Amino acid sequence: MKPAPFAYRRPGTLAEAVSVLAGEPDAKVLAGGQSLVPLLSMRLASPATLVDINAITGLDVIETIDANDAVDGQYGEHGGVRVGALARHAAVLASPDVRRVQPLVSMALQHVAHATIRNRGTTVGSIVHADAAAEMPVVLRLLGGSVEVEGPAGRRTIPASELFLGPLQSSLAHDEIAVSAYFPALAPGAGVAFDEIARRHGDYALVGAAAHVDGESVRVGYLSVGDVPTVVDLSGVADDDLGEAALAHLDPPDDIHATADYRAQLVRVLTTRVVRSARDMAEDA
Amino acid sequence: MSEELHDVRLTVNGATHEIRVPARRLLSDALRHDLRLTGTHVGCEHGVCGACTILVDGEPMRSCLMFAVSAVDHEITTVEGLTNPDGSLGPVQQAFAECHGLQCGFCTPGFLTTITAGLRENPAPTHEEARDMISGNLCRCTGYQNIVKAVERAAELSS
Ligand SMILES: Cc1cc2nc3c(=O)[nH]c(=O)nc-3n(C[C@H](O)[C@H](O)[C@H](O)COP(=O)(O)OP(=O)(O)OC[C@H]3O[C@@H](n4cnc5c(N)ncnc54)[C@H](O)[C@@H]3O)c2cc1C
Ligand code: FES
Ligand code: FES
Repeated sequence: MKPAPFAYRRPGTLAEAVSVLAGEPDAKVLAGGQSLVPLLSMRLASPATLVDINAITGLDVIETIDANDAVDGQYGEHGGVRVGALARHAAVLASPDVRRVQPLVSMALQHVAHATIRNRGTTVGSIVHADAAAEMPVVLRLLGGSVEVEGPAGRRTIPASELFLGPLQSSLAHDEIAVSAYFPALAPGAGVAFDEIARRHGDYALVGAAAHVDGESVRVGYLSVGDVPTVVDLSGVADDDLGEAALAHLDPPDDIHATADYRAQLVRVLTTRVVRSARDMAEDA
Repeated sequence: MSEELHDVRLTVNGATHEIRVPARRLLSDALRHDLRLTGTHVGCEHGVCGACTILVDGEPMRSCLMFAVSAVDHEITTVEGLTNPDGSLGPVQQAFAECHGLQCGFCTPGFLTTITAGLRENPAPTHEEARDMISGNLCRCTGYQNIVKAVERAAELSS
């Protein structure tokens, strides 16, 4: 249970961090370490170099972007929240701005691990780690958010729809660092909801679901039902058929944590629950 | 190939320590082996059990999920730092003793640090909040009931 040897760099600037990564094909970024350190300790990963980004200043921002600033369309028509690479889950969860602008982020973060893990783990780290059992990748995907990355060729924005390639596999190049994640705001009159079933509170979910309802549009994102976060469009489906309609697009896996049948049942229950609760929120608005 | 060593200055319980360690030295191991502060316990070494929980700038974190080299800019508090200035038991420790909040004691350091920070944030937790406060720590002995009582007793002692 001890990591294999690695070289350690702790750059003070983003530019330096990118150049270290670019010069070392077997280097990995270390953010909160709440996913990476267990992988190192179990020797499921043994990179030659770790680039610790924790000393880079300015990466812990949590900022709201007004609709007025979002004119170029890049940020969607209602603005949103931007979360920097060193913003810890706990800080994002505690932010009243985040809760007001996009409540789905706060709703889902409550289910990410335990408070102690959230004190160190980063929201951006959990997104680019691209675990299909994690909450925040699904939230980003459902909301149509994006990640801004910096590499040797400069900055680019990766939409969530192009970010998740496979289990623990994102479309970041090995020499790119995620600088921030952008969650579009909740539109006036729209509603969101999140729920999951886990063996114990704080565990990874057996199945989780996030709903987004806006007028006639009903979309639900799922975690732990496939290799990547999956979003299903359920617009126009009658309430009683929501679960079956979702399952037509999903293929829940069998594993040591739950059988495929049990997961399918959780999909039925959670889909109905989150769609109902997102509708209630939309109606109350 | 000899492994590269790093000079690391750690601030633990108010005292500064200089150690020379490889980058892969877990903070939990640096505390226990290099600084001989064996109050911090190590159970699972992958973030699940909570026995290794310490305070980093006052916030509970898993010392098994940090490297000593990454801990340089922080103030660390271990269970050894929870006593009163005169060396007597701090309020959370006292409450554990009074409420029989431990049996084998293996999990205890992680509970004590977690609860110390938890009560700082929420000095008068409800029963539900007391349960929630310890939900990230595992105990194989007590069945948790007396630990929850100890949270509530510690809140009384600190008020
Ligand atoms: C006991 C326990 C329970 C947990 N439960 C949950 C849970 O229920 N749900 C959940 O979602 N998560 C859970 N986690 C994981 C936690 O949310 C992590 O914080 C998160 O997955 C990764 O964030 P990190 O900052 O710790 O990243 P790290 O562990 O530092 O990195 C993870 C990966 O992402 C890469 N990376 C990180 N940041 C960047 C960046 N800015 N640019 C490029 N690459 C980067 C790293 O190279 C690495 O490959 C749990 C962890 C533990 C230990
Ligand atoms: S030893 Fe760190 S959480 Fe178990
Ligand atoms: S007292 Fe033995 S594990 Fe908690």
